[in-house]
Parts: sequence; structure tokens; C-alpha cells
Amino acid sequence: MSNTQETAQSMADAAQYLTFTLGREEYAVDILKVQEIRGYDAVTAIANTPAFIKGVINLRGVIVPIVDLRIKFNVGNATYNEFTVVIILNVLQRVVGIVVDGVSDVIALPPEQTKAAPEFGAALDMKFIKGLGTIDERMIILVDIEKLMSSRDMELMDEALA
Amino acid sequence: MNTDLSRFHQLFFEEASEHLSEMERLLLALDIAAPDVQDLDAIFRAAHSIKGSSGTFGFNDMTDVTHVLETLLDRVRKREQALSDDMVDALLQAGDILRAQLGAHRDGVEVDPQEAEPVLKRLRSLTEAQALLLADTPGTAISTASIPLPEFRTFHIRYTPGPDPATPLGVLIEELERFGVVSIEQEEAEHCILHLSGAVDMQEIDDIFSFIATAEQYAIEALPAKSTAVEAQTDEDDPGFGFFEPIASTEPPAPTTEDEGFGFFVDPASLQTAQKPEDKDPGYGFFTDKLPVPTPAQDPAASESHPLEMPRRRASDREVDNSIRVGIDKVDQLINLVGELVITHAMLAQTISTLDPVLHEKLFNGMSQLERNSRDLQESVMSIRMLPIGSVFNRFPRLVRDLSGKIGKQVELKLVGEGTELDKGLIERLADPLTHLVRNSLDHGIEAPEIRLDAGKAAKGLLTLQASHQSGNVVIEVIDDGAGLNRERILSKARQRNIPVSEDAPDQEIWPLIFAPGFSTAEQITDISGRGVGMDVVKRNIEDMGGRVEISSQQGIGTRITIRLPLTLAILDGMSIGVGEQTFILPLNMIVESLQPLPAQISSISGSGRVVHVRSEYLPLVALHEVLNIQPQTRDPCNGIVVILEVEGGKVGLFVDALLGQHQVVIKSLENNYRKVRGVSGATIMGDGRVALILDAAALVQLSRS
Repeated sequence: MSNTQETAQSMADAAQYLTFTLGREEYAVDILKVQEIRGYDAVTAIANTPAFIKGVINLRGVIVPIVDLRIKFNVGNATYNEFTVVIILNVLQRVVGIVVDGVSDVIALPPEQTKAAPEFGAALDMKFIKGLGTIDERMIILVDIEKLMSSRDMELMDEALA
Repeated sequence: MNTDLSRFHQLFFEEASEHLSEMERLLLALDIAAPDVQDLDAIFRAAHSIKGSSGTFGFNDMTDVTHVLETLLDRVRKREQALSDDMVDALLQAGDILRAQLGAHRDGVEVDPQEAEPVLKRLRSLTEAQALLLADTPGTAISTASIPLPEFRTFHIRYTPGPDPATPLGVLIEELERFGVVSIEQEEAEHCILHLSGAVDMQEIDDIFSFIATAEQYAIEALPAKSTAVEAQTDEDDPGFGFFEPIASTEPPAPTTEDEGFGFFVDPASLQTAQKPEDKDPGYGFFTDKLPVPTPAQDPAASESHPLEMPRRRASDREVDNSIRVGIDKVDQLINLVGELVITHAMLAQTISTLDPVLHEKLFNGMSQLERNSRDLQESVMSIRMLPIGSVFNRFPRLVRDLSGKIGKQVELKLVGEGTELDKGLIERLADPLTHLVRNSLDHGIEAPEIRLDAGKAAKGLLTLQASHQSGNVVIEVIDDGAGLNRERILSKARQRNIPVSEDAPDQEIWPLIFAPGFSTAEQITDISGRGVGMDVVKRNIEDMGGRVEISSQQGIGTRITIRLPLTLAILDGMSIGVGEQTFILPLNMIVESLQPLPAQISSISGSGRVVHVRSEYLPLVALHEVLNIQPQTRDPCNGIVVILEVEGGKVGLFVDALLGQHQVVIKSLENNYRKVRGVSGATIMGDGRVALILDAAALVQLSRS
């Protein structure tokens, strides 16, 4: 009895994450930062920007930049078709879209199932990783998406803000 | 003062500043030679109201200034003294001092009494100079003090505090005891009758009550005093306010007004009628927004009563009541959504156009109705951001008056089309350039009176500020009938500054030279203008708003500067151009012309790129696909289009693949979610829902050079 209560308690504490894949690695972002998931279409390129900034889209009247994380972290194949997925994020009062290989699931990770990340060779720099989670024996990399999006090497914001 | 009046301070500040604005407006509108008695009275009333209420709150510095001001005004309105230009100046100055004092009290800052001193001295000397003159004339009363010592009188005060009085009765009585002996005839929680005996003006008692109670909650009645003169005077004194029971009346005020007695929500219309003297229950709502505190002109010296001029004020108050304040972000959100609606409609219409109109008649009818409605909706929403340009124009009467006095010129300012509406954002940014232009016209345009007379013109120059709508633009003109621009002087100045210009260029090419940075043809620099920093800033400001400036001038006849602005900041007249697969927008106000060049018109200069030869000019050729790194459809300018742009005073040819069309586009910010991009000033959403970037021509040219 007390065991179920404990489980219920830890489930309530559990943060919810949206998991997505980049190449063969599985990542997760805080679900509260996710605004929506949509297909990839009608992107207007912006001249003289890095290759991973695909351009801007019109999201119901708001101009939203689109970043292809596959290009940024050099994983997977940066191809665009009707199955290409864009996660629209709401970070630091900005709306940003990221292109990923695929969106898998929404998961709840209780705090005891997340661990600090050891030094390892993920595509992402360690400073953008909050920790590692485990679900069904799979390792999930928890991304500090705010830090990542506001970092200088994403070139998404003016220097003053970053 | 121990009454808890501090919570009424805010109200006082608001009202006093309203009175000050009203005073200034009226003073500026006064005809010096034949001032309108009603206007003079209105000015006097405004000053008196400030004096009364500032006294009540213990802002004695303001009371002092208004007192002196009022003394002068009083003499003028009673025709004891003629109005002069000098006087209006001094009165305006006093108004400024009062505003400063008001501001200081509001912020809780100490006021330096020295600041008011010069103005007070000036006002006093103006009053006294005349008084001395009059001293020789027998039979003319010389009274420089506007408040003669009040006589010893007894007042009968009926006060109905209501169930929850703001100020306890005890405090009120303490307050009244400052004036004299207070005896309580009847004291109940909700109704009491007081007697006050002392050398006090009824006005002062009224001031106290008017801050703690609504008008129908109290009635002050002066009991017949020793002299019948007082009685007569009191009767005459408050002709228009009806706050006080006429002495003859024995009928007590109906205590039944208690319930509706607070009058918090009295609408101005009922007040208007309620203020008639016959009305014993004026229903004055103290808390009714923006209404002036009833501080009637009670000055015994002002026994001449003039009809009140209330209706005009009431009309403007009603406008205030009918508006609501909404954050601009809410409005912008609305504009965004409506823009989306229009785009969605366009996309739907495109899909539907493939259907058979006969089979889907209802659908087609519905679509056209949707189109009409969404366009109407868009227009209405856009109009929320619109404000009349009068709010900018209104600052100029004072500026022109002050400046023309300073430089010894006579100028009449004419405002035309103050009701013309344009975007709030534009209005705010228009003030500075317009001020520059007006100063320029005053300083350089309009000549001194003697020169004007020599030239056969009226001594008084005419400066016109005119606004109008012309085909989707707002046109603002600054017109003076002064000397006009001096062609020779501009030419010689241009040569001095090494600006290439041909001797026999048409005027249309000469006048814009004055917009070059550092260009001033003024022979001597004054503190008003002439440093040559003005005109280029004006031009840049206007262009930043997506507008244009044009000058036409004729020597000896005058100058007309025309500013053309788009209706809103949110919409831009643009030309869409295609390069490769992409569509871009160029602001239309930068485009001079576009052409398909012949091979002979393109030549290359070794090392520094190509030039295009257009109408005897060699313009640098900038290829958009090179600047933006795009795969173009053609690399040969002769197969594409060259758009001639006017950028920062120079012209360049921009080589693009094709011109696609002219649109009004809604400007969206790239920086909200992304960052500033060089060469791009913003983005817009095209009819197909795609984003198109708006090019910043000046930055593009810089990019191409680097």
C-alpha cells in the first residue's frame, strides 16, 4: 500500500518530457517548453546565415526561425520530406522551431530516474545536458533547451541577449 | 492641515493640470486687440480654481502665483486695464511656473521659491504700472488685491455626511474652527447643522466641503450680515453654480437626496442641466471622472456676473468618458489575427477557384461575403491605432509664439486638417521633424517685418501646417510665405562642400541639397536653427518612417515642405521582386525607376565592379543574388531588371531577376523571435502564406561594398 502511494507520489513529482531522435541518440526536452509539433514546409531562407538556420516560417502571423539540429550537430541525414518534423518551442519568450529526425513520445521521468551526465561523446556539448534518464533500458539525454537556444553558437539571438 | 486630504491630492493634480492646459489654450487663442470677455472669464475661472484648491491643500506657492496672476486677469476682464502681448507672455510664463510647481508637489519635491520670483515681479509690475496710471483718474477703484478682507458673518451649514463619511465630523469641525467659532445646532450621524461665525469668505468654507462631500450633501448659507451689501453681493456672486440656497429661500434642501446623493456616476449631460442656478439639487458628482472641482468664482470684487461657458467643456468631457484605454500590444495582437484571417481567406479562395462556380454557388457567395467582412474588419481594427494629428500640431501655437517673439518676427500660425488621422507610432515620431521644420521656417523662411513690408508683403508672416489624406498616404505640409530658398547660396554652399551639382540643374535637384548632412545656408547661426544638423535628421527620420520629403520653393514667395507618410507603421508600400526561387520586398519609397538595360548601358570598371549608365549618370550596379548568395535565374543584367534605388543621397542600380508586383504588405519583425539580419529590415507574409523578407536597401549597398 505504502509502496503504491510512494509510486504515485513520485509520478506526481515526475517531470514530463517530449523525446525526439537525432541520428541514433534519443533526446528529451521539458514538455512545458514545447508549443506544438508540425511538418516542415514553406521555409523562407535567410541569406548569409549558417547552414543549420534553415530560415523563417509564418506560424499564424508570427515569424519563427527554424533551426535544423541535425545539421547543427552533424547527425542523421538532413533531408526534407512530408515526414520531417519541426518542434515549435517556446523559450525565453521567443518562439523557435527545431528540425529533428523524429518525435517519439511523451514520457514522465521521476527525479530518481534521472542521473547527472558523465563526460561522454554525445553530439551535444555537455553544458547543454541536464542529465540522463532511463526508460525501458533506453538512455535518454535531457537537454537544457533554454541554454542551448540562447547559446552563442546557435546564432539565434543578438549578442546583447545571449 | 490635519484633515485627511492627501487622498484627494491626485484628483487635485489632475484637475489643476487640466485647468492649466485650458488656461494656456485660451491665452493663446486670445485676440489681443479685442479679447472675448467669455474667454477672459474662463481663464480667470481656471486660475481661480487652481488658487482655491491649492490653498485648501496648503500648496501656498501655487496660491501665491495664482493670486498675482488672478489680480492682473481680473483687472483685464473688468476693462480696467487693456490686454497686451507682454501680458499674455507673462501669463503664459506664470502658467509654466505653476506647472513646474504642480509637478514638484506631485513628485513630492521641494520647490525653489526663487524660481517664481521673476515672473511674479513681472506680473506685479504689469499690474501696478497700470494701477499707477489709473490713480490719477478719479472715480476708478484701485484694488490690486483680488480678495478683500472678508467681513464678519455667520454661516448656516447643513451637512449630510452619509452613512460612511470620508472625514469624521470631529476633524471637519476642527478644520472649520480655523475660520471662527463653530456651534453645533444639531448633530446626528447622518445629518447635522452647524453655525460658523467668523471673518471668512464663503468660498473658503465651500472649498473644504467640496473636497469631502458631494454638492448635495452640504449647503452653506450666509445669514444676513450687518450690511445689506454683503447680502446682495452673495446673491449675485454665485449665479451659475446653484450650490447655495438663495437667501430668500426658506425651503430646506430635501434630505431624501441622500440615497442618490453620492452622485458618483452622474453623467455629464445631467450635470449640464443640473448646474443651472434654479436647480437646488445640482447633483454634483465629486468623483465623476475629469470634472472640475466646483470652486466658483466667488471673488467679491468680481461682482459682475457673466454667463457661464460650461457647455463647451462638457462636450469634451463626454468624449473622454466614451473612450477606454487599451494596451497597444492588445491592439497589435488584434491586427495580427485579422491579418492572418485575410491570408487564410486568400488561401481558401485559391483552393475554391478550382471548383465549378455553378455547382458551388453558395460556397462562392459565402466566400465573397467573407472577403467583404474580413476587409471591413481589418480596416476597423487598423483604425484603432489611428490618432488625429492635432495632438502633434497643438504644440506649435506656443512654440511659434515664443520663437517669433524671441527673434522679433510677426508670425501667424494656421493649422489645417488637425483631424487627419494617422498611426499612433507615426504621430510620436513626427513631432521632432515637424518641430525642426517649423523652427526653420520661422528662422530662415519668414523675414523680419520691415523686410516684408519693403517687399510689399504684410508685416505678419503666415505659417501653415496642413495635414490631409491623399491616396492612402498622409500628407503633411509646412508652408511659409517667407523669402524662399536661395538658389545661388545653396549652389555656392554645395561647391564649398564639394557636392557635385551642375550650375543649371533644375530647382527640383537643387532644393534636396539642403538635406545633405552639415548643410546650412544660414548666414549666421542662431540658437534656433542654422547649425546644419536639422534637415538631414528630418529627412532620415521621415524615411525611417517609410515616408518622403519634398520641397518646392520660390524666391520671395515662400517655401512648401511636403512630407508624405504611409498611413501606418505596420503597412508598407512595397515592390515584390524575384531572385532565383525567392521573393523579396523593396520599399516603394526607395525605388526611383526600374529598367531592363541594354548591353551598351552596362560597363565594368576593373576591380570595382560594374556600373549602369542611366540618363547621363553612371550608377554602381549591385547584383542582389551576389549579395544574398542565391542561385539566380540569370547573371546577365540585360536579361533581368535593374531597379534604381535612392539610398542615402546617392543612387544605385540593383540587379534582380524580375519584378513581380506592387503590394501593401504588413510589416512583421524578424527580431521578435530571431535576430537582426544585415540587409533585411523585416519580414511580411505573402498571399500564399509564405514569408518574404523586406530588404533594407541602404544596408544591402553597404554589404555589397564589404
